[in-house]
Amino acid sequence: MGAAWLGAWPEEWAWPGEGAWLDTALSSLSVAPEGAGLSGSGRGVGRRGLRGSCSRRGCGTRGDGRLRGVNPWYQVSFGLSASHAVDANPEHPGAVPTPGPALAEGTRGGRWGLDAACGAASLRARSQRVDPAPRTAMEKMARVSTALGGNTLTGRTMFCHLDAPANAISVCRDAAQVVVAGRNIFKIYSIEEEQFVEKLNLRVGRKPSLNFSCADVVWHQMDENLLATAATNGVVVTWNLGKPSRNKQDQLFTEHKRTVNKVCFHPTEVYMLLSGSQDGYMKCFDLRKKDSVSTFSGQSESVRDVQFSIRDYFTFAATFENGNVQLWDIRRPDRYERMFTAHNGPVFCCDWHPEDRGWLATGGRDKMVKVWDMNTTRAKEIYCVQTIASVARVKWRPECKHHIATCSMMVDHNIYVWDVRRPFIPSAMFEEHKDVTTGIVWRHLHDPYFLLSGSKDSTLYQHIFKDASQPIDRANPEGLCYSLYGDLAFAAKESLISSDSNRKPYIGDRRHPIFFKRKLDPTEQFEYISSSSALSVFETDVESGSMDWFVHTAKQYALAGRPLAELCDHNAKVAKGLDRNQVAQTWTMLRIIYSSLGTVSSTNLNHSMGKGSTTLPLMNSFNLKDIPSGLGSESRLDRSKGESRTENILMDSSSTLINNEDNEETEGSDVPADYLLGDVEADEDDLYMMDHENPHAEEQEYSLPQEAFPLRHEIVDNPSALDHLQDKADSPHVSGNEAETVSLTPVESFSLISISHSLYENRLPSDFFNPIVRDTLLFYAEQGDVQTAVSVLIVLGDRIRKEIDEQTQEHWYTSYIDLLQRFQLWNISNEVIKLSTCRAINCLNQASTTLHINCSNCKRPMSNRGWICDRCRQCASMCAVCHHVVKGLFVWCQGCSHGGHLQHIMKWLETSSHCPAGCGHLCEYT
Amino acid sequence: MLVAGSQCCPPGLEERLGCGALRGEEDRGIAVPPQLGRGPSAFIPAEEILQEGIESSRRQLLIEAFVSAGRVDNITMVMGLHPQYLSSFWKTQYLLLRMDGPLPYHKRHYIAIMAAARHQCTYLVGLHMGEFLQAGGNPAWLQGLHCAPQKLRNLNEINKLLAHRPWLITKEHIEALLKTGEHSWSLAELVQALVLLTHYHSLASFVFGCGINPEAGQDGGHGCRPPSPHSDSSPTAEDSTGCSGGRDAVREVEALMERMQLLRDSQREEEGVTQEEMATRFEMEKTESLLVAPSDVTEHALQSGVLCFVEDPEFGYKDFTRRGEQAPPTFRAQDYTWEDHGFSLINRLYPDVGQLLDEKFQVVYNLTYNTIAMHCGVDTSMLRRAIWNYVHCVFGIRYDDYDYGEVNQLLERSLKVYIKTVACYPEKTTKRMYAQFWRHFKHSEKVHVNLLLLEARLQAALLYALRAVTRYMT
Repeated sequence: MGAAWLGAWPEEWAWPGEGAWLDTALSSLSVAPEGAGLSGSGRGVGRRGLRGSCSRRGCGTRGDGRLRGVNPWYQVSFGLSASHAVDANPEHPGAVPTPGPALAEGTRGGRWGLDAACGAASLRARSQRVDPAPRTAMEKMARVSTALGGNTLTGRTMFCHLDAPANAISVCRDAAQVVVAGRNIFKIYSIEEEQFVEKLNLRVGRKPSLNFSCADVVWHQMDENLLATAATNGVVVTWNLGKPSRNKQDQLFTEHKRTVNKVCFHPTEVYMLLSGSQDGYMKCFDLRKKDSVSTFSGQSESVRDVQFSIRDYFTFAATFENGNVQLWDIRRPDRYERMFTAHNGPVFCCDWHPEDRGWLATGGRDKMVKVWDMNTTRAKEIYCVQTIASVARVKWRPECKHHIATCSMMVDHNIYVWDVRRPFIPSAMFEEHKDVTTGIVWRHLHDPYFLLSGSKDSTLYQHIFKDASQPIDRANPEGLCYSLYGDLAFAAKESLISSDSNRKPYIGDRRHPIFFKRKLDPTEQFEYISSSSALSVFETDVESGSMDWFVHTAKQYALAGRPLAELCDHNAKVAKGLDRNQVAQTWTMLRIIYSSLGTVSSTNLNHSMGKGSTTLPLMNSFNLKDIPSGLGSESRLDRSKGESRTENILMDSSSTLINNEDNEETEGSDVPADYLLGDVEADEDDLYMMDHENPHAEEQEYSLPQEAFPLRHEIVDNPSALDHLQDKADSPHVSGNEAETVSLTPVESFSLISISHSLYENRLPSDFFNPIVRDTLLFYAEQGDVQTAVSVLIVLGDRIRKEIDEQTQEHWYTSYIDLLQRFQLWNISNEVIKLSTCRAINCLNQASTTLHINCSNCKRPMSNRGWICDRCRQCASMCAVCHHVVKGLFVWCQGCSHGGHLQHIMKWLETSSHCPAGCGHLCEYT
Repeated sequence: MLVAGSQCCPPGLEERLGCGALRGEEDRGIAVPPQLGRGPSAFIPAEEILQEGIESSRRQLLIEAFVSAGRVDNITMVMGLHPQYLSSFWKTQYLLLRMDGPLPYHKRHYIAIMAAARHQCTYLVGLHMGEFLQAGGNPAWLQGLHCAPQKLRNLNEINKLLAHRPWLITKEHIEALLKTGEHSWSLAELVQALVLLTHYHSLASFVFGCGINPEAGQDGGHGCRPPSPHSDSSPTAEDSTGCSGGRDAVREVEALMERMQLLRDSQREEEGVTQEEMATRFEMEKTESLLVAPSDVTEHALQSGVLCFVEDPEFGYKDFTRRGEQAPPTFRAQDYTWEDHGFSLINRLYPDVGQLLDEKFQVVYNLTYNTIAMHCGVDTSMLRRAIWNYVHCVFGIRYDDYDYGEVNQLLERSLKVYIKTVACYPEKTTKRMYAQFWRHFKHSEKVHVNLLLLEARLQAALLYALRAVTRYMT
C-alpha cells in the first residue's frame, strides 16, 4: 500500500517550476534505490506496523498536518517519508535506523518529497512514540456501540464467505439485514452481533436463469419487503419478501435491450423505480403497473448510474459512459434539465449528499472522485480526489459532511474513506478484501461507523471504523521544495520543529508564521489534537540566487554559424564578462584543443591566455598545486559525509554557496562550507593527470617540461596569493566569487601546458583530448551547469559527440531546454533544439506543428487549405495591395488586421504609413 | 506584425519520395507475379481503392501516413476506404511501434514478426523484418526464433495461445513470464508485448481477409508468394463476383433487409423466449461455428521462411466446445468488459495505448454510413452488432443481453464461414470465400466487415490476456 500511495502523491509538491533544477542538479544523487526500497518494504512490513500503531490512536498524539490558506507560491503539501520504516518495526521500538539519505521520491516526474534532514529529525521524534505493546486480537475485536436515538448498533469487524462473487449489496432500512447479489448469488443475510447469518436464498428453482444474474440490487428504504434487481440480460426484477411462496419474484420488466447497470428506488415514493441501462435509456416504473411509465433517452452511450436526488422530489441524476452527467426532471421525459461533462471517460457512479442538497459526488474511470455543487446555474466542481484506480462506487458517509467512501473497479482492493477537503490522503482505509470490492454501503442512514462491503473475492464484510487503518499514520507530514530561484520551503509539524534542540536559530530563516489549528470535528471518532504545522521559507540571497548569469549567457552564447575558434572565443568572452572565469577558461581551452591544429599562431595563443588569466600571475599555477592538496583531502572526507546533501544544492559554484550554507545551518550539520574546493579538486586531478601524460609523451623530442618549470622562483615573488588562499581555507564564509577565483587557478596550469603543447600538437590525433573534454562536460553537468555542457556539446558537434553516450546527451538537452523554457527563452530553446544532434531532441519541435487558422469571413476553422474557406467559398486571405490570394507568408497589421504578401506590404509601407486597404489605420511595420 | 504560414502541401514530401529505399526498388522492377494483378489487394479491384477523386480528408490521411512512415503500404491503402477508422488505427500503431514505451524498438518489430508468423503472414513478417533491421536489430535474430534471446523466446507460448486459443491463457502463463530471473519480463513490457501480439494477430486476419498484396519491391527473401496461399486457387470465383452476380444477389440483400426489419419489430413482442432458450441459442451458435469451418482444410506446405519464427506450428484454433476436450467455462462479457476492466488495467500499465485502443474500438463499433449495398438510410447497428458478437462468440465470449438467434437470422452461412475462417485461421482464407458472401455488397462494405472482425478479434484476445494479468495481480 505504501508503495502505491507513494506513487500517487500530491501534485502540490512542486514549486512552480522547480523540476528542472532538481533534475539537473540532483542527477547524481542516489535516491531512487532508497525510494524503491522504501516502497518495497511498505507492503510487507507496513501492515504489522500499522497494527502496532492502532493503539496509539487512543492517546491522540497524532498530528493532522493540515495546511491550507498558504500563500500559493509557498504551497506545500505532505507526503510519505521513510520514517514509517520505524513504525513498521514494532518489535524493536528503541532502534532508530541510521539516518541515511532518507529521501522519498514521488514517482511522478521526479519530484522530491523529503529532505534528509527532515527525515532524520522525524525519525528521532517518532521512534519515541512507538508503542512497544502490540495490540492483541481481543482488543481489536472490542465491540463498538453507538447510540442512534434509541436504536443501538453493535457489532465488530466480521465477514462471511459467499458462494460466489458479489456484484452489489444493499441494506434494509432497519440496518439488520443485507442483500447480496451477483451473477450466481442472490441472498439475504441478517447482521448479527458476531456473524452474518444467511436468512434467505432468493435464487430458487433448478434451472439457472439469467434473470437472477444481477448487476445491481437495491432495497427499498420505505418498504422492507421490497427489493429490485438489475439483470445482466436487461431485465428489471422486483421482489416481494412478503410473498408466502418460496419464489419471491414479483414483477419482471423486460423493456431494456441491453444490460441494466443500475436500479434505484425513489427515496420517499414507494412505487417508483428507476433503471439505467447499457442501451442508453433510463426507465421509470410504477410498480403497480406492468410497463414503464416513462422512458428517458440520454441520447448517448450507456447509462452507468442513476440516483434520485434525496431532497428534490422530482430530480434524478444519470451518469454516462462518455463522461457526461445529466439531471432529469421525472415529469419531463423529453429532455434533460441540464448536462455537464464530469469526467474523461465513463462516469461509473454518483451519489447525492445526504444533507447538502446540492452536492453530487461522481466517480469515473479517470481515477477521480469529484464533488459538484449543483446549486448554481452551472455545475461547479468544488472538490476533487485523485485515487489510484478507476472509481467503481462512491458513498457519502452519514453524519460526516465531508467524508466519502470509495472503492475501485480494478487492481486496488481497498475501500477508502476520504475527507474531500483533504484529497491527497485517505482518512481511513479498509484492507480486508482480496479482490476488487464491488459494493459498499453504510449500514445505517445515521451511523457513520459501520460499513458493509461485498467483493469479487466472495466475501461479505462488516467494517468497523475503529479498526480502519489510517494512512496518515504512515505519512510524515513534512515537505521540502525548491523554487526556481533557489528559495527553499520546508513544512513540518510544529512540535517537531520546536522540539528539535539541535536547531540553531538562523537569521536567514524568515519563517512565515502560518500555522493552523484545526477545529475539532465532534463527529469524528479520532481526535486530531496536535494539528498545526509550521512552514519555513528560506530565501536565498538575491545576489547569489539570481539566475541572471544564466539568462545572459543563454542569450549571448554563439553556438553555430561561425568557425569553431570564433565561437569559442566569443563564448569565452561572454563567460568572462559575467565573471565566470572557469567557464571562460574552458572555452579557451576548447579552442586551443580543437581549432588550433596548425592554424592558430602562437601569438594568438598568448593573447588568449593573457585574457583568461588577468587576475592571477601565470606562475601561480604551480605553487597552487601543493596547496589544494591539503584542502583536497579534507574535502574528500566531507564529501563522503555529505555528498548527497551538498550536491543537491550545488547548482552552480558561484550562485549556490550561500544557499547551501543556509541549509547546513538549518540541518545542524557540521559539513564545512569549503567543500567546493574539493569539487574543483576533482577537476584538477584530471588536469594534472594530463599534466603528467603530455610531457611524458613528448619528452624525447622536446624538452618542454624543463622550459616550463624553472619559473618556480616566482612563487616567492607573489606570496600574497598564497596567503589569500589560506585565508579562504580557514574562513567558513567563503563568498562564491572568491571560491571561484581559487578554483580557477589549477586551470591556469592547464592552459600553460596547452600552449607548450601547441608546438607539437600536429603530431597528436585530434581526438587525443576527447576523454578530458568529456570529463569536463560531465563535471559541469554534475555541478548543475548543463548550460555549459550543452553549449560545448553543440559547438564541438561531431568532435565530441561520440564520446558521450546518447542518453546522457539527451538528458542534458532536455534539462537545458526545460530550463530555457522556464526562463521563457523560447527562441534560444528552439535554437538549441535545432542544433542538437539527438534524434529525440530534434523531433521536439516537429511535434504539434499544425497551425490552426480560422476563416476571416465566417470565423470557422479552415480545413485543408489555408486560403480558401470550404464553408463560405471565399478566399480568406487576400493581399491588400495586389488583391490576390496569399498562399505563402501572410503578414498583417495587428491594429487593423489588414495585410498581404510580405513583399508587397513592405514596399507599400516604405512609401506610405497608412494601411493599404484604405481603412485609415496607421500601420507599423517593425 | 505577425506572419502566418498558409497551409499547403506537406513540406519535405518530395525529398522523402526520393529517399524511400523501397520506392527505388520498385522502380528497378521486382517481378510481381502476374496472377496477383495490380493494386493493394488481390480481392478488390485496384480501381475501387485508387479512385481518382478520393475525398480530401482521406488524401490528407494518406499523406500523413506517408510522411510519418515513409511509405503508404497496401494495408493503409485498403483501410483508407474508411478514413475515420484509418486515422485511429494509425495513431495506435504509431504509438505501439514508434513512441516511447517499455520495449526497445527492434524488439517491438520482432514481436510483430513472431505474431504474424503464427498465421504465416509473409506480408507482415517481411514488412517488419525490414523495420527490425532499420531499428538496429541484430540480423542474426532473423534466422529464426532459436537465434533470438531467451526473453523473446519465452513469449512464444503466450503468442501461440493468443493466436489460436486465447481462452487457454491463465495467470500461470503470466506468472511464468514475470518470474524474476535473468530473462524475466516486467509487467509494463509484457502488457506492451501483449498488445503488440494481439494487434498483429488480428492485423494478419485483415491482411488475409482482404487479400492484401505484397508490397511492390517486398520480396522478403521468400520469393513472391502471395500472402494467402489459396488466393489463386479459384479462377472461377472471378466470374461469380462482380455486381453482375445476378438477381440472386439482389434478392439476398432484400431478404436481409426484411429480416432486420422483422427482428426490429419482433423485439418488442418477443418476450416468451425463456432464458434457457437464450442459453441454448448461444451454445448452438458456438457449436454451429464448428460446422462452418472451411471444408477444404488441406494441409498446405508451410513456408519455411516464416516457419523459422514459429515453434509448434501444428498448434491451431480448436473449438473449445469440441467434445472430449475439457471445455473451459464460457467467458461472460459482463464480468470482464473492456470499458470497465480492460481499459482500467491497461491504462495503468501502459497509459496512452489504453486511450487509443478505447477510441479505436469505439470508432469501429460505431462506424456506419447507413447504407446496405444499394440501400441508403439504413440503421445497420443490428448487423454490426451481430458480426461483432459472432466473432466474440467464436472465441467463447457471451453477452447476456444478446439473443444469439439474431446471428442466425442476419448472417448468412457463407458470411459465417468467412468470419470464422478469417478470425480463427486467416491463412486459410480464399478468394472464393471473400467473393461468396454478400455478393451484392460493395467492396468497401466488405472491408468494413473486416475491420469489425479485426477489432473484435483484437478485443477478444486482449480481454483473455488482460483477465489473466488481472488474476495474476490479485
